[in-house]
Amino acid sequence: MTDPSGTAAPVILAVNGLCVSYGIIRALDDINLEVRHGEILSIIGANGAGKSTLLKSLTGLARPLSGTISFNGTDITAARTDRIVRMGMSMVPEGRRIFPDLTVRENLELGGFPVPDRTVRGDILDLIMTTFPRLKERMKQHAGTLSGGEQQMLAMGRALMSHPRLLLLDEPSMGLSPIITREIFSLITKVNSERAITMILVEQNAHMALEHSHRACVLENGRITLVGPSADIKHDPRVIEAYLGV
Amino acid sequence: MEQASYILSQVINGLQLGAVYALIALGYTMVYGILRLINFAHGDIFMLGAFIAYFLLSRFGMPIYLVFLATMAVTALAGYLMEKIAYKPLRNAPKISLLITAVGVSLFLEYFCSLKAVFTPDYIAFPRPFEVETYNFSLGGLEFSFTNIQVLIFAITFSALVLLYLLIYRTKQGKAMRAVSYDRETAALMGINIDNTVSLTFMVGAALAGMGGILYAMAYPQINVFMGIMPGIKSFIAAVLGGIGIIHGAVIGGLIVGTSEVIVSAFLSSTYRDGVIFIILLIVLLVKPSGIFGKRIDKV
Repeated sequence: MTDPSGTAAPVILAVNGLCVSYGIIRALDDINLEVRHGEILSIIGANGAGKSTLLKSLTGLARPLSGTISFNGTDITAARTDRIVRMGMSMVPEGRRIFPDLTVRENLELGGFPVPDRTVRGDILDLIMTTFPRLKERMKQHAGTLSGGEQQMLAMGRALMSHPRLLLLDEPSMGLSPIITREIFSLITKVNSERAITMILVEQNAHMALEHSHRACVLENGRITLVGPSADIKHDPRVIEAYLGV
Repeated sequence: MEQASYILSQVINGLQLGAVYALIALGYTMVYGILRLINFAHGDIFMLGAFIAYFLLSRFGMPIYLVFLATMAVTALAGYLMEKIAYKPLRNAPKISLLITAVGVSLFLEYFCSLKAVFTPDYIAFPRPFEVETYNFSLGGLEFSFTNIQVLIFAITFSALVLLYLLIYRTKQGKAMRAVSYDRETAALMGINIDNTVSLTFMVGAALAGMGGILYAMAYPQINVFMGIMPGIKSFIAAVLGGIGIIHGAVIGGLIVGTSEVIVSAFLSSTYRDGVIFIILLIVLLVKPSGIFGKRIDKV
């Protein structure tokens, strides 16, 4: 994939000098990152490299030690999670974290919590059901009874219910078969291109992530060691050796 | 037949007590659901309710419906402040810190209120806003009676439960409360303000406990700053019995605990009235620790 927006697209998210610690363990060290409107940025890296921590600090679920995060030109470094979500950032958390005892519909409605207008919520819901027809058939079912792939679709649909401008996806392929993973990734690209929703995609499956993103960065031990167009990263010998495993 | 009538009237008395326990147990269970905290100071909010009502009735001669509204508003405020001052700073601390703090808040409320300048350390008589009237009924030879206080307790408890259900299952705020109790982080990602939701939960729980305090004081019109301890513990047991975190579990648990207590004191000896409740707790913990309606045991 090539970058549809070029470098001229406005910056939607800017991270400067971000450091996050868990006790004495430094999880993220001096992260600098820019995400431009309309692109999919993938973050690849090994287990424990700090990928999830990065997403959590963007949504206010982990508090940075230093550094700044600005979203749409507003400083959100110290903002509460619900405020950040209301500003248009949404996240599909690692392990999906759907509400298993609630129905599919109730899960989606919770995602639409920040949208005050009932008819607007209904419109968004209709749109989501056209994107994820599998969910439409299961609206009344308890979310816990869905298959892994369907749960991932539900988690994505739920995150889209707040009508975000930036969507963060944490390990969408986790625990899914290769066929379902492919289906999920094609949905991700579809949502990105059809709705112009900017995305940050965190993945252990580096191959799929690089295939489905415009730009990529490599996170190692809490530091960004490589950043560039996914097409270039894919051919970087270090990446091939460490993450694509030929 | 006489025996049956006696049993029936004791069951009615037990349900009266149980309804008050249910009101207190709801606060325990709601707060547990949302913070995984056993708020040991909750029984003291119940005491606070009785004392505030006492002052409103004896000093200001307020009409009873206003006493209920004002008392519930003040106890809700007390619940709000308790959470903001004592528990919120510990939101990300280990659970045991919260629990110890809850015991501290409980002791603080009891001994602070026992100061002469605040309430009093003595037992005082609660002024009933109306005389007790007894209505006798006979149904197929079965004699039983109701007092107007019992009618009031059942009516108020039932209406409070209906309103609580509407709040939790029919409003946006209720939806937020349920989401936070399932998964706090994910609820925040849904754009739900966690702090407000926790505050609301404490306020609703405290208002219900305040209401329970007034009803209890009307039924047993002797109040004291330590009056919240035993009903608090028993209501906590009621919440565990029904399945902690489960709303209807708290109600059923409260009714069972109240009825057992009265039945035991009527047919065995009132010496065992407290003991039997702890036996219930032991049985629950041994047989089904998740309670009557609990499906799984949450990780604490």
